[in-house]
Amino acid sequence: MYRYNEFDTAFVRQRVAQFSGQIDRRLDGSLTEDEFRPLRLMNGLYLQLHAYMLRIAIPYGTLRADQMRQLAHIAETWDKGYGHFTTRQNIQFNWPKLTDVPAILSALADVGMHSIQTSGNCIRNVTADHFAGAAADEIEDPRPVAEMIRQWSTDHPEFQFLPRKFKIAVIGSAHDRAVTRAHDIGLRILHQNGVAGFEVIVGGGLGRTPMLGPVIRPFLPKADLLPYLEAIVATYNLLGRRDNKFKARIKITVFENGLERFRDLVEQEFIRRRASFNGAAAEILAEIAPFFAPPAFKAADPAPFAAAYAVDGLFRAWADTNLVPHKRADHAIVTVSLKAHGETPGDASAAQMRALADLADAYGYGELRISHEQNVILPHVARADLPAVHEALRRVGLATANVGLLSDIIACPGMDYCALATARSIPVAQEIATHFKAIGLEREIGQIKIKISGCINACGHHHVGHIGILGLDRAGVENYQITLGGDHTETAAIGERAGPGFAYDAVVPAIERVLRTYLALRRATDETFIETFRRLGAAPFKQALYGDEARDAA
Amino acid sequence: MSRRFTPKVLTANDLRKGDVIYLTADGRWSRQHNEAELIDDEAIAELRLLEAMGQSAHIVGPYLADARPGPNGPEPLHFRETFRTRGPSNYAHGKQEADHVPL
Ligand code: HEM
Ligand code: SF4
Repeated sequence: MYRYNEFDTAFVRQRVAQFSGQIDRRLDGSLTEDEFRPLRLMNGLYLQLHAYMLRIAIPYGTLRADQMRQLAHIAETWDKGYGHFTTRQNIQFNWPKLTDVPAILSALADVGMHSIQTSGNCIRNVTADHFAGAAADEIEDPRPVAEMIRQWSTDHPEFQFLPRKFKIAVIGSAHDRAVTRAHDIGLRILHQNGVAGFEVIVGGGLGRTPMLGPVIRPFLPKADLLPYLEAIVATYNLLGRRDNKFKARIKITVFENGLERFRDLVEQEFIRRRASFNGAAAEILAEIAPFFAPPAFKAADPAPFAAAYAVDGLFRAWADTNLVPHKRADHAIVTVSLKAHGETPGDASAAQMRALADLADAYGYGELRISHEQNVILPHVARADLPAVHEALRRVGLATANVGLLSDIIACPGMDYCALATARSIPVAQEIATHFKAIGLEREIGQIKIKISGCINACGHHHVGHIGILGLDRAGVENYQITLGGDHTETAAIGERAGPGFAYDAVVPAIERVLRTYLALRRATDETFIETFRRLGAAPFKQALYGDEARDAA
Repeated sequence: MSRRFTPKVLTANDLRKGDVIYLTADGRWSRQHNEAELIDDEAIAELRLLEAMGQSAHIVGPYLADARPGPNGPEPLHFRETFRTRGPSNYAHGKQEADHVPL
């Protein structure tokens, strides 16, 4: 995995020293809050409802065992013994004291981690497929490119004060597991006639005005990536609206100017910039690529897997939901669910983080991944070792067999933590999970994505959930809007609003009505919710939600 | 005539710890909402806010929040402010832990 070179290390240490000085000056009164706020945000430090929150980047979701152990150490030493993994492959600590932040940042720097550019109007943590380097359907590991983008974008002098935040995602498989069309720039690695390159998507985003990004370049040769990215960001930097925060994202720039005009400007800028890059990408990539070389896989007879699968029902249930094929037949990718029924989606205790680090060392070549779906992945586990891994996960409460099922919910922090929230999201997720477990319908319902946000900013990706839930404040009361038919994959779609919102207590019954309707209407048990929805449209589900009012309103 | 003024409490976060705090009638910062001064005069509320803005060495983000009188002192009106009086709903953290505020 990528290890910092001297330049990276010195840069991160210097940043810690600078920010420590800034905190001191804030505490002794030489900096006002107005002066300090942008500085703390540049270092990922927010003020939330009850405390500060520190957001730490996990670039392209890749984490080493020693880094995970350090996160456990931070959770125990300076926080309340847990961390929250987010949809942007970050981890957030919800309770740091301002005075402890320098120590936390030093501890992070010790393992090559930081909070730089996890906030502010700059290029944020680059996200990628959480199965990168392991997936059977992979064309190419997206991480060397993501790392190159990280190096290029970190402290990029031209792009520190963009009109608004800027998010890039990279995928190297036919299946899109990085929601590329909901990013400011989405990159899909393609091989065309033996040449490696990208499909480049621009101007996607969720939030207040959800949009799926259109393709700006169907094929961009790999060597041209950096000048092309620069051309896009530079064009946006000049053209993007700074007069209105709600119109400042690149999705609005592309939309208001039209894709053609925007593309023409980018292509002109690209020609100007390309010469100065002089093919640097190839050199940088050649340097980076060895860090992402696959581990020395050990060949192992998968017989113990088959034996456990035949006799152990719990193991079988877990294997059926939490494993996906690895590029090697004798290995598997393990998704460790952070969605135990009734727990907070994405939270892991320090003990759980350590257990995951230990498992990565013992059975997973020291590698871990964080998914945008708020789970942890052991990307390379020999099939023979899966029964032992499952047993170890059970001991720390991490063997929940629900990946891809109803309780595998994305939920943003909502009004339990976030200062911008208009309603809570976590307890809604908890109640959906426990309710459907209690009535025993989860397995029956099968594959479904429920995603919950606590305000219009859509950090919980509700627009692309098969069922999306958006918490709002309606005249001083929590109220939840339901969207149906969203899709976060290569067939991305923005869900449509079903109708008026529901009171807090009415959300779970409403979801149950939708899902019972699905069970009644599906053609066969293997027709998933989203397939049934696509076949029948929203009408029967609106009927289930609103009864005959739905027809009157239609 | 303007609308009737909804009484306010002055609230902020503690600079070092981030904890939610409230201004009391005798000018202290309390961690308990019910100890806050309930301000029912708009001019005084604005004045308190200005004064608080000058205390940035100890506090961050002061603002006025709607409140009403209750048997044990001021009570919040909006659910966001109610959550701020205790902490998150998924763990007994924040004030639920340090000060044992009953839910
Ligand atoms: C308290 C901390 C947070 C704050 C203040 C915050 C703020 C925001 C804001 C203002 C937006 C809308 C940006 C725009 O449309 O211009 C946004 C979008 C988003 N945030 Fe957050 N957020 C927070 C936590 C999170 C968390 C915990 C996650 C992951 C679980 C997350 C992931 C995202 C994503 C995926 C989007 C939508 C995609 C997009 O940028 O269009 N955020 N956030
Ligand atoms: S969606 Fe809203 S409530 Fe949820 S984390 Fe984002 S800003 Fe906060």
